[in-house]
Amino acid sequence: MEKNEIVRLVKERSGTDARKCMKCGKCSGRCPAYHDMDIKPHQFVSYIEKGEIDKLMQSKSLYTCLSCFACVERCPRGVAPANVIEAVRQEVIRQQGGNKIMAETVPSMIDETIPQQLLVSMFRKLNK
Amino acid sequence: MKFSYYPGCTLKTKAKELDLYGRKSLEKLGVDFEEVKEWQCCGAVYPVSRDEVATKLSAVRTLASAKQENAKLLTLCSACHHVLKRVNDDMKNDDNIRLKANNYLGLDEPYQGETEVVHYLELLRDYVGFDKIKEAVVNPLKGQKIAAYYGCLLLRPSETLKFDNPENPSIIEEFIKAIGATPVKYPFSNECCGAYVSATNKEIAVKKSTKVTDSAVANGAEKIVTACPLCMYNLTENGNKKVPVYYFTELLAEALGVKE
Ligand code: SF4
Ligand code: SF4
Repeated sequence: MEKNEIVRLVKERSGTDARKCMKCGKCSGRCPAYHDMDIKPHQFVSYIEKGEIDKLMQSKSLYTCLSCFACVERCPRGVAPANVIEAVRQEVIRQQGGNKIMAETVPSMIDETIPQQLLVSMFRKLNK
Repeated sequence: MKFSYYPGCTLKTKAKELDLYGRKSLEKLGVDFEEVKEWQCCGAVYPVSRDEVATKLSAVRTLASAKQENAKLLTLCSACHHVLKRVNDDMKNDDNIRLKANNYLGLDEPYQGETEVVHYLELLRDYVGFDKIKEAVVNPLKGQKIAAYYGCLLLRPSETLKFDNPENPSIIEEFIKAIGATPVKYPFSNECCGAYVSATNKEIAVKKSTKVTDSAVANGAEKIVTACPLCMYNLTENGNKKVPVYYFTELLAEALGVKE
């Protein structure tokens, strides 16, 4: 029951309709992080449709997706794989103990060159 | 026509050249602009999850303040532009987000996405015109071979950004021609640099940025131009270190003779 509810929430938050996917693989073909992913963009779309949320929540792709939106741009069916990945990542980091980076670690990352934009976006992607 | 200029955090700290030369060039080109009063951070990333409202509020405040000034909102950093443009789209088209954001902010008049968000490059193309820029150039960058680097945030998703052709953009190449230089064609101008992942997984950023810079060099580029401080960081720190990267406003200021 709880698992079904997580699947429902993730689908809702993604704002995309996974049922429209025709499994052409164009999203994964264009993905610049493809080789650094265990579960590929097109698989995120099909796994969420099949309700396989546990696998997705453990996927390392949640942290290698670059949020470049190339998969969204390429999909001929108007599906947004990046949004599914983001919705799953949110589900992971919103849970107790789910943060992947802590505020205390950020100051040690600051140096002469690193832009604020990088630190803020990283923090907002990996901490709730 | 009046523009409310939104610099954002990074342009006041690590990307001062992007801001400084951007302003100087606008003054030279006679554009009527004023910095947004009491602006706040845009949020740096667009919150994709449909249930995120609080993380969009600072962007809504900026958008509403431009509306109050009766001005278009002028952006320069690619990330700020991306966030402000997409949040604006939500305020126009997503009833749920609009309702909740307005309930929270309690503005005198509800904000409904009325502000037009214009990127600096769009201003050059659509409001000033590249022909006018060509005329204003006093120091053409003749003979320089420059590669345009778009990255992701200005272009995608094109359905909302409506910036340029997302697969084959040309606005920065047009800009390069306008300042008298020669644009270099190479296949990775809209490929990702590695983005924020470079902070936690440097290896990926090195792979991505090296691919971009290698390709630019192989096609004869002597310089790369970008509008994004994060791209600047990755291409410079994680690229092949064989080609210098500049903010496009710096080259614009140089061509217009306002760079000291
Ligand atoms: S947004 Fe993520 S999944 Fe989509 S193409 Fe970019 S890196 Fe790949
Ligand atoms: S590009 Fe779209 S339709 Fe094709 S596999 Fe990816 S999500 Fe499915």
